[in-house]
Amino acid sequence: ISGAVQGAGGDMQWCLSQAKGSLDDDVTEADIISTLEFNHTGELLATGDKGGRIVIFQQEIENKRQPQYRSEYNVYSTFQSHEPEFDYLKSLEIEEKINKIRWIPQKNAAHFLLSTNDKTIKLWKISERDKRPEGYNLKEEDGRYRDPSTVTSLRVPVFRPMDLMVEASPRKVFANAHTYHINSVSVNSDNETYLSADDLRINLWHLEITDRSFNIVDIKPANMEELTEVITAAEFHPHQCNTFVYSSSKGTIRMCDMRASALCDKHSKMFEEPEDPSNRSFFSEIISSISDVKFSHSGRYMMTRDYLSVKIWDLNMESKPVETYQVHEYLRSKLCSLYENDCIFDKFECCWNGNDSMVMTGSYNNFFRMFDRDHRWDVTLEASRENSKPFQVIKPRKVCAGGKRKKDEISVDSLDFNKKILHTAWHPQDSIIVVATTNNLYIFQDKMN
Amino acid sequence: MMSATSAMEVNAEARRILAVSISKLYASRTQRGGLRLHRSLLLSLVMRSARDIYHSSSRESEGQSGAQPAAEEPMDTSSSPGNHAGVSQAEPQPELISPEPAAEEPRSPEEPCESETIEDKENLSPARQSRKRRGKASVAPDFLPSKRARLEPGEERHAAPLGSCRVRAGESLAVLSLNRVIPAF
Repeated sequence: ISGAVQGAGGDMQWCLSQAKGSLDDDVTEADIISTLEFNHTGELLATGDKGGRIVIFQQEIENKRQPQYRSEYNVYSTFQSHEPEFDYLKSLEIEEKINKIRWIPQKNAAHFLLSTNDKTIKLWKISERDKRPEGYNLKEEDGRYRDPSTVTSLRVPVFRPMDLMVEASPRKVFANAHTYHINSVSVNSDNETYLSADDLRINLWHLEITDRSFNIVDIKPANMEELTEVITAAEFHPHQCNTFVYSSSKGTIRMCDMRASALCDKHSKMFEEPEDPSNRSFFSEIISSISDVKFSHSGRYMMTRDYLSVKIWDLNMESKPVETYQVHEYLRSKLCSLYENDCIFDKFECCWNGNDSMVMTGSYNNFFRMFDRDHRWDVTLEASRENSKPFQVIKPRKVCAGGKRKKDEISVDSLDFNKKILHTAWHPQDSIIVVATTNNLYIFQDKMN
Repeated sequence: MMSATSAMEVNAEARRILAVSISKLYASRTQRGGLRLHRSLLLSLVMRSARDIYHSSSRESEGQSGAQPAAEEPMDTSSSPGNHAGVSQAEPQPELISPEPAAEEPRSPEEPCESETIEDKENLSPARQSRKRRGKASVAPDFLPSKRARLEPGEERHAAPLGSCRVRAGESLAVLSLNRVIPAF
């Protein structure tokens, strides 16, 4: 199944495979999912939440041979990654919320990932233990020490099988390098370094070295009153280890080459689309702020998400995106209300499918959107337990922007803005997708007849 | 050129957006995790747009109605209570959300204007230093720290013009110096 050719989006029939999380309408703040990430094979799916916890799900291997069950994921490991802290000097609480998780490409039996909150990045090792030593000379099986006088012979302890135990241990803690709130981490293709970005600065780290990092971007003005933009996301190029991009609150993306100089304040490319003057409003600046930037797997394109749209950029063309997809254009006339209820500040993420032919992003009312780049086709789907039975193909949804509402359409004013899908992930090799509603995880698979 | 009605509508909307923005700015100070720079920046950009549009639409509607008394000149930054009384006849009262706390609150620790005479608390001798919040004559809300923000090496405190710190309830929201939002960091 892995490596299967993915058909055109229009041919795809998505079925709900699993819905994980509490059934309550009452959401515990700490359980709110704040980040979602597949590992490089898609076998593991990591989620981080506001309470600082990481839950890793593993794909059931036995099921991979049966296509209809291939997207069954079960809990593999749960651990507390970050705890709330207090910065006494600034009288500020540091939230334990996990902002980002990024997997390190696997080198041995253990899995490694980076997780970060606002201030501190941690390298976690997740390893399996399925054997334990038995037959100690000085200890009983339960651990109690034997009376040495009772030891009359010696034996060599042997490893015997035990129930699988998955252990997560923090191997490195990268702290005290960020004055502002960390929004991104990205592992370099050299598998040795990674970057971390906050509102004004980007630092380069070596995975083995925790007491030092290099500052490679600094956009802090000498006088903070002159501040006009902040860094919103950053990512390394998937193949060129000298190249990274960072997006800004002004809707621009800068690409930097680390070979050019130690401090990459001068970009090598700047991607920016001029604003459409007819769309100018009080909120033009907020809605042009980029909330996510992701390179395509091929490394030829990158995708950006702003409040209303998804844009695909060809790295060879800085003047405008090659494709623009409207996620929920019907919200443009509602920006004032969305400002009042704070929804306009929501940071939506976006993702590519394995072969870069499709992209996906979330919206409100637990809707999410998929765009097929090759066939100019798009769909709105809903993550809902009530409206989907397992293994049943889910129906596309449609929002009625105005005028007469057709049957099965939902009007803009009926949308539930508390139900938002900010995080989505696409399996790197298969047509399996995961979307996170406030505190539930929905896994869908393409039926693939 | 806008009609008088639509200039008034735009004006009222600009005022409402300013009021909403101030209450968000105020609320963000109590957020867990501290003030978010990105959010504060976006709020200040909206407030700046709203303030500019408020001013230009005030001028528009003034230009249309030449017969109105001179007391209804658009407010400038040195407005006195008298001006406000005049303007309120022509336009609906701005709906300021909790203007009193927003106005009275001295916006410490990022406002250096009122504390130019207060010494750098960080370097007081141990005997005088106290981790307790000090009482202030102008009621600072309980949850705000009384220490000033720590400066980074190379930063300087900039003296603010005295007029811009206080926003009295009656004054135009436009008096707010929007640049004050950012130096918190």
